[in-house]
Amino acid sequence: MNTFSFAPRDLPPETDALRAEVRGFLDETLRDFPPAKRAFTWSGGDPAFSRKVGERGWIGMTWPTKYGGGGRSAFERYVVLEEMLTAGAPVGAHWVGDRQSGPLLLRYGTEAQRARVLPSTCRGESFFCIGMSEPDSGSDLASIRARAVPTDGGWIVNGTKLWTSGAAAAHYMIALFRTAPETEARHAGLSQFIVDLSGPGITVRAIRDLAGSDHFCEVVFEDAFVAADMLVGEEGGGWRQVMAELAYERSGPERYLSCYPLLAALMRELPSAPSERQAIEIGRQVAHLATLRAMSISVAGMLDAGDNPALEAALVKDIGCVFEQALPGLAQSLLEVAPRVDAGATDYQQVLAHCVQNAPSFSLRGGTREILRGIIARGLGLR
Amino acid sequence: MSELRVMLEDAVTRLFGDRVTRECVEAAERGAWQGDLWRAVEENGLTRPHLPEDAGGAGGSWLEAYVILRASGRYTVPLPLAETVLASWLLTEAKIDVPDGPLTIVPTAVDAAVLGGEAVTLDVADVPWASVAAHIVVAADTGDGLRVALLSSASAAEIRGGQNIAREPRDGVRFVAAPVLASAQTTLTADVVHVYGAMVRSAQMAGAMEALLAQSVQYAGERVQFGRAIAKFQVIQHELAKLAGAVAASGAAAEAAFVAATRGHPRFEIAVAKTRIGDAVDQATSIAHQVHGAIGFTYEHGLHFATRRLWAWRSEFGSDAYWAEELGRAALARGADALWPDLTARGR
Ligand SMILES: Cc1cc2nc3c(=O)[nH]c(=O)nc-3n(C[C@H](O)[C@H](O)[C@H](O)COP(=O)(O)OP(=O)(O)OC[C@H]3O[C@@H](n4cnc5c(N)ncnc54)[C@H](O)[C@@H]3O)c2cc1C
Repeated sequence: MNTFSFAPRDLPPETDALRAEVRGFLDETLRDFPPAKRAFTWSGGDPAFSRKVGERGWIGMTWPTKYGGGGRSAFERYVVLEEMLTAGAPVGAHWVGDRQSGPLLLRYGTEAQRARVLPSTCRGESFFCIGMSEPDSGSDLASIRARAVPTDGGWIVNGTKLWTSGAAAAHYMIALFRTAPETEARHAGLSQFIVDLSGPGITVRAIRDLAGSDHFCEVVFEDAFVAADMLVGEEGGGWRQVMAELAYERSGPERYLSCYPLLAALMRELPSAPSERQAIEIGRQVAHLATLRAMSISVAGMLDAGDNPALEAALVKDIGCVFEQALPGLAQSLLEVAPRVDAGATDYQQVLAHCVQNAPSFSLRGGTREILRGIIARGLGLR
Repeated sequence: MSELRVMLEDAVTRLFGDRVTRECVEAAERGAWQGDLWRAVEENGLTRPHLPEDAGGAGGSWLEAYVILRASGRYTVPLPLAETVLASWLLTEAKIDVPDGPLTIVPTAVDAAVLGGEAVTLDVADVPWASVAAHIVVAADTGDGLRVALLSSASAAEIRGGQNIAREPRDGVRFVAAPVLASAQTTLTADVVHVYGAMVRSAQMAGAMEALLAQSVQYAGERVQFGRAIAKFQVIQHELAKLAGAVAASGAAAEAAFVAATRGHPRFEIAVAKTRIGDAVDQATSIAHQVHGAIGFTYEHGLHFATRRLWAWRSEFGSDAYWAEELGRAALARGADALWPDLTARGR
């Protein structure tokens, strides 16, 4: 059996001052930001907030300074992320660029691509979305149909991307397209591109989710032109690159902290002299939270050391999602308070309503629970 | 990992792997003291990983103890290693020489009056391994710290044999004016026996969890049904993936407790560990048994050496509900706004 290890890591002491700085910034900037909005955590975006974060140097923190990055450590970035998430800050606009698009370009992009998009990303002015899923291709990503066909000076793209989070507010999409017909080797013939979403032939339509938000979108490409120099990495090498991108996507603290604002709100509602059952259940959440944090920091340490903790990251995402997904139901069972968003609903009711309704998505986005467990099983040597 | 830890990991893996056979565990469960195994462990210096060299130890810390205790859980070592580690640490803290041979400890601090004089009169239940330990450590809450005393188990008026469901000795012990071999006041708090007891059990449990995963993965690869190894069925793969999550979290939680112990004031991390691991027991044991089918339900097979220990240890030194309640009351008393700052301040 292959094994995994989560060596305990301390965040370096230098991060303490940064943490205090981030807390001070959030206290001030979000003073009047209501709990119901905080409940969105990283799926809620606010470009003005992102610009303020950019001014502080907290986007692209680990990237080289020549691209506007901060040249800081992965642990410093980690501290900023966990503080933003637990405060329920509206980080959604810049989240994807900071988490995966920027790192992808630093790894596979050209000098010109980096120079073009990274500095404005760091300033909180350019936002990215992830163009992987399609109407007929979810878990089976290699089956995508959106095609880029070579033309003079670039590519002509046709097809549809679906469930693209934040596409309506994003400037760029990192898109995976088929650039050669599907053959027996299903993972061949795929390529990644930077797509400027303001170009002609691209229509973005927001899709209302079950809770009433317009968070994810359908993006239709009709003879859209993508310039040759927007190909990322190797033509036909998209699969390997997209797997690397997914590793960035799946390994962060947002995979267990999506419901943190609910935990805090629930604790605020509970009496300070709780019943035995309330105390026990809150204690369990504290134990899970503390353990997930230790594991998540351990993964951050492995990433920082240049290791590839694919199995460890999948394990944290899997148990992290189980944890955050169970919180809304637990909250409903600990207090006789209904989830509500109508007029007169309390802050707590609104936060609860948000989390109850959004919980199903936690084990879908970023790769479903089943796909993740397949990755874990492979890591264990079972397949 | 420190060099010492790597060395210890190698040593225990080799020694336990070779010596802790199922015959050995079965014999222990029938009540036969595994003296040869004990001597081998002691000769290899594995009973005092955490004690300073001048106390006959390996010069390590709680981190080294973790390596050994987790391995003892993984191999279901039928010896009072955790108890010896705990008792010898208390003796060292009290500056009392640590005697050779297996040690144990009365699992809760007793009334100060019990250790008030030269002799001890005491009747306690559920002392782990008392029937085989050479010495028994008794700790008393004196109001301004913990008084630690060393007694010979031979001086007990009566030892009433009992067992937990892992068939480890959990004995009643009665001392009647038994002589105190040594005794000293420490500045340790009165809760350390209970709290550090939960910590050593957490390490053993994390190890037993690993045993469940290793055995289940191996068995799934070997057992053929419908013409293929059951590991090829996706539902089995996914169950094992869930088990891996439970095992990973258990290991991380236990190790964090030992890291905290090297810094002092580990009560929070220990409560987290005992809660988190206890919480994982149902899921982990249920998956492991389900994957094994009927054979895993036999005494013959041996999966139960790990599962029965997990069920037994879950209830010792405070169950997950016990520790969760403590964590929950503390968190709610501090208030929602303190939860995150308190968490991030740990280890600082
Ligand atoms: C809130 C949200 C935001 C999203 N944002 C983005 C985004 O920004 N960009 C983007 O590209 N995508 C995004 N997605 C899409 C997401 O990646 C997909 O939902 C996911 O990959 C699953 O695809 P699907 O929804 O088509 O489900 P399907 O793949 O059709 O799966 C349906 C069910 O079948 C199971 N299943 C499928 N295949 C297998 C198998 N081999 N074995 C066992 N079970 C299987 C799945 O696990 C699932 O339970 C988002 C989704 C959500 C919910």
